[in-house]
Amino acid sequence: MRIGIVCPYSWDVPGGVQFHIRDLADHLIRLGHEVSVLAPADDETPLPPFVVSAGRAVPVPYNGSVARLNFGFLSAARVRRWLHDGTFDVIHIHEPTSPSLGLLACWAAQGPIVATFHTSNPRSRAMIAAYPILQPALEKISARIAVSEYARRTLVEHLGGDAVVIPNGVDVGFFDRVEPKPEWQGDTIGFIGRIDEPRKGLPVLMRALPAILAARPATRLLVAGRGDEEEAVAALPKEMRSRVEFLGMVSDEDKARLLRSVDVYVAPNTGGESFGIILVEAMSAGAPVLASDLDAFTQVLDQGAAGELFANEDADALAAAALRLLDDPARRAELRARGSAHVRRFDWSTVGADILSVYETVTDGTTSVATDDRPSFRTRFGLARN
Amino acid sequence: MTATLIWTLAALLTIGLYLSWTAGRLDRLHTRIDAARAALDAQLLRRASVTQELATAGVLDPAASIVLYEAAHAARQAEEEQREVAESELSAALRAVFEEAAQVEAVRQVPGGEDATLELAQAVRRVPMARRFHNDAVRAARALRRHRKVRWFRLAGHAPFPLAFEMDDEPPTALADRPGS
Repeated sequence: MRIGIVCPYSWDVPGGVQFHIRDLADHLIRLGHEVSVLAPADDETPLPPFVVSAGRAVPVPYNGSVARLNFGFLSAARVRRWLHDGTFDVIHIHEPTSPSLGLLACWAAQGPIVATFHTSNPRSRAMIAAYPILQPALEKISARIAVSEYARRTLVEHLGGDAVVIPNGVDVGFFDRVEPKPEWQGDTIGFIGRIDEPRKGLPVLMRALPAILAARPATRLLVAGRGDEEEAVAALPKEMRSRVEFLGMVSDEDKARLLRSVDVYVAPNTGGESFGIILVEAMSAGAPVLASDLDAFTQVLDQGAAGELFANEDADALAAAALRLLDDPARRAELRARGSAHVRRFDWSTVGADILSVYETVTDGTTSVATDDRPSFRTRFGLARN
Repeated sequence: MTATLIWTLAALLTIGLYLSWTAGRLDRLHTRIDAARAALDAQLLRRASVTQELATAGVLDPAASIVLYEAAHAARQAEEEQREVAESELSAALRAVFEEAAQVEAVRQVPGGEDATLELAQAVRRVPMARRFHNDAVRAARALRRHRKVRWFRLAGHAPFPLAFEMDDEPPTALADRPGS
């Protein structure tokens, strides 16, 4: 099958959607499909052979933060050329509502189009204003995929219609294979995420830490992710600051080893999550997970059966739950076993098969993707000569 | 006077272009529904055929075989109006027979059973998918067709008002369940 995948965000910047697309493309190529990914990228960035650059993304303020997006005449022309040259059986657009390549591809293509909705943003004013423009483009999508039941619900509320739920994939075997690192073992709590992004929840964990250290002084907190380290520990009493170790940005390999080493992995995120891939990675590595009770997290953790949940933003509840876990090796072992069994459904072998099922369902009985050539004025008025 | 005339003509032209574009949009939606309906048909037929194959292969006990054969046969022969009911009954029959993981395992053990179960598992998973995509297309077309501009200018032509396909498509847990869960 010839598959075209459209990535809306810059390939140079690491992010959940980009990683998902990279792994999906890898998986599909290994199964023998022809895959081409269209993504914004700098001209200098080395790209994997299956990625086609759609030009440099422009940083613009959008939706409360600065997003790097592609739009304009030049990008639209590149999208059309990619569609024309690719002769795809199906194209798979990610985040079709973001004003970037996804939307452009939706405008320019016709035929079997699959779209994945990753984020579950609350309805923004821009979206309401753009609705009449978006609707004709979104109508062309033959199959919608939401990454979680929560993302599906927001999609149905905002745009109407329906979607099938297919979770994000994880290479479970990779996390399962790595060796733990001895210096990260022994009474350790792990945290992975941007330090200076409050929604990742490190401040909540910092508020809970004094209570945890008071009961178990030997505990260490290992933090992987970029941001200002001084500022992060500023709220902590001076003598406790040495119990927090910052590892900075870590490689995929080290991330897996960290998850494999820690006694408890804590995800105190306060919002803005539509899936929670890090929890799946933690469970794949056999880390007992303690997470805030966001809708998306509750679902990934199987309503609390595969990991412990605490009330969102409640530092006391977090401290109590963390202490309970650290004091109870039997419970941790139980969570490890449950987690490893639970994550099989997020493995690429399962997720990839589901996505291929969607491709095959929409390509049944239709032609391949082509550029959507609107009739010229002459044909509209029946003046074109054949 | 001439200016008014020119403005009127320009306005009429713009409205005309807009209506023609809307008609094109509607036409595309109808094509999408047709494709989605064909895909749904294909998945339903595939499910019924695999079920019938399993029922006649002698791998199940006679009672289960008869139940499945009956339901699959009825689903394939159903008239358009009874189709939704017949397909729902097939879903119920499949759930009744393949409720237990042990039953699925038993079928898998016989020669050729591995392929048959795989095919059936795929079919019961794809029917709900295809139905969701179909009903999503129907909803989009209906939303546009209810709009004033489409009703007043009869942009939908003679195309029948699209109907959703409503059925019980809950797959049997033992078959749809993911490995290890």
